[in-house]
Amino acid sequence: MHKSHVKEPRVHLVKRDALAWWKAWIIRILAVVAALVVCGVITLLVTGKNPISVYTTMIDGCFGTSRRAWNLVQNLAVLLCISLAVTPAFKMKFWNIGAEGQVLMGCLATAACMILFGNRLSNGMLFILMIASSIIVAAVWALIPAIFRAKWNTNETLFTLMMNYIAIQIVSYFTYIWSVPKGSGQIGLINSGTQAGWMPSVGGYDYLINIIIVAVLTIVIQIYLRNTKHGYEISVVGESQNTARYIGISVPKVIIRTMLLSGALCGIAGLIIVSGTDHTLTKTIVGGRGFTAIMVSWMAKFNPVSMILTSFIIVFLQKGASEISTIYGLNSSFSDILTGIIIFFIIGCEFFINYSIRINKKGEDE
Amino acid sequence: MLIAFLQRAVMQGIPLLYGSTGEIITERSGNLNLGIPGIMYVGGICGVIGAFFYESSVSIVRPLPAILIPLACSLLGSLIMGLIYCFLTVTLRANQNVTGLALTTFGTGIGNFFGGSLIKIAKSDMPSITMTATSNYFRASLPFADKLGWFGKLFLSYSFLAYAAIIIAVVVSYIFKRTWTGLHLRAVGENPATADAAGINVNRYKYRATCIGSMIAGLGGLYYVMDYANGVWSNDGFGDRGWLAIALVIFALWRPNASIFGSIVFGGLFIAYNYVANIGMSTQELFKMAPYVVTVLVLIFVSVRNKKDSLGPAALGQSYFREER
Repeated sequence: MHKSHVKEPRVHLVKRDALAWWKAWIIRILAVVAALVVCGVITLLVTGKNPISVYTTMIDGCFGTSRRAWNLVQNLAVLLCISLAVTPAFKMKFWNIGAEGQVLMGCLATAACMILFGNRLSNGMLFILMIASSIIVAAVWALIPAIFRAKWNTNETLFTLMMNYIAIQIVSYFTYIWSVPKGSGQIGLINSGTQAGWMPSVGGYDYLINIIIVAVLTIVIQIYLRNTKHGYEISVVGESQNTARYIGISVPKVIIRTMLLSGALCGIAGLIIVSGTDHTLTKTIVGGRGFTAIMVSWMAKFNPVSMILTSFIIVFLQKGASEISTIYGLNSSFSDILTGIIIFFIIGCEFFINYSIRINKKGEDE
Repeated sequence: MLIAFLQRAVMQGIPLLYGSTGEIITERSGNLNLGIPGIMYVGGICGVIGAFFYESSVSIVRPLPAILIPLACSLLGSLIMGLIYCFLTVTLRANQNVTGLALTTFGTGIGNFFGGSLIKIAKSDMPSITMTATSNYFRASLPFADKLGWFGKLFLSYSFLAYAAIIIAVVVSYIFKRTWTGLHLRAVGENPATADAAGINVNRYKYRATCIGSMIAGLGGLYYVMDYANGVWSNDGFGDRGWLAIALVIFALWRPNASIFGSIVFGGLFIAYNYVANIGMSTQELFKMAPYVVTVLVLIFVSVRNKKDSLGPAALGQSYFREER
């Protein structure tokens, strides 16, 4: 008998068939718990405080007062909006990491309307102009890489990444042009006297209108992706471009259409940020949320309703960690470390949902 | 004037050269590591932490440990970042883009957090921390460079890390072109299934290339803090250079020797606004987008021309699962 000298590996991986959804969620919850334990240990090492009290501080920082809770919901709405925007493109496996720049261009368009036409048009006209221009400008910003991808297969990840920094410099240029006082490089509150172009508060609640817009968008995108022909075409292109071509879907058309949609939604996010929340324009106004949104969308497996949960986790961490840093005198970047760790665990745990690990018994023949 | 401009351009270019050489090695193995900006932050801050504890634990700062300790800390820090990326994308088969972006968030957070903490420990009044003694050793250049006029200034006035960057780029370029290791690595990036069939251990190559790439990129952060910024760590001071390094990879068409030249071009574009006469603050901002616009143009140009060897590794950004061939 010929004896094989090839070393048999101790473990091997088996791709699972679909895992029951509740088992998948148990794995995800375990991953989050593990991540929280690791974060707790790191917090303990850095602050020397009891992790339980640190987490209590975080919860207090997020929900301690009704103002804080409202602030959390409002932040969640903005992040969720950007996450919704990137989702259709991702489902198509179009790696648009340019949401940061697209949102920023939406912010720029909104701010431009508010500054240039703020006191010349009626508020109704101004809003129509703001909505139209923010959507169009952001959609065009997304369209540029989409066209090159569709026509010449230009690498969209790197293209959209570069478009972010071009957008940042364009905004930076305009912050000097419109700065108050001249040359300071800062715009400050736009139309602070007349509040022209500021989203009105509904029923005495500031930001309520933002939240309503995003809630509606969540439902619309959920239906669009799951129950429409467009949504179906997006998932076919995402699964296999060859299959898509075979069943007669025009891949370039789907790519361009979907990126226009992604860009338009980014424009709405920009509108919400400038008109609905900050009422100003700086080059850091998006604050990395264009990148965070990518992770939110991925962790939710591109499901708009699950994104409410994943964006909540991120916003909770950021608000909570900023509370910790205020109380214990730490640097606010602490939240970035915690966010990073949690995301590592969540994206890592998908492996255990998709694969099972079998240990090979010694001396076992086939 | 021109000499001074070129000299500044080279100094601006060196961190980008480290970053892009590291990223080229990584991308050649098929891993698109968008965590490079975070890794460069970690490389910088780990060097600063090493230097800080060495400077504060001894009374006389000696040259050899003053260089070796930050260097070792920096390499170790960026190695750990590279291992996190590999473990998630290669072993756990996670999505490369998402992992990379998370790594950048994490790394930038670590840089700014520990930078801020050191500032607090040092009870500094300024929002920055200064390692003058260590930095002086890092910045030491050839003593006779000043005496050689423009030639000395242009070619000999830099510190050892700057020359190391160029040497590393040349060596990596040689390895890619002339050795089996380089050939195998490129095979893994072009078509991992074929490489696997030829008996190449795909995962081992991906791990090694990504970790070595991370360590080289981390040195860019160290160079920036210790040399370019004179040992001053200020939060967010490193800025967007990490992304610029990724842009440089495209500009250099995935060739390390081309990125030596490219880094000087990018460095020059980065500071060009200082040398253009009579422009306002606002126009300066438009000048600063030049490196990114140039990168986009290169990206468009190579894809329209569609010549195979300038498009980058074919399997870039895709995880490899042997079972899913």
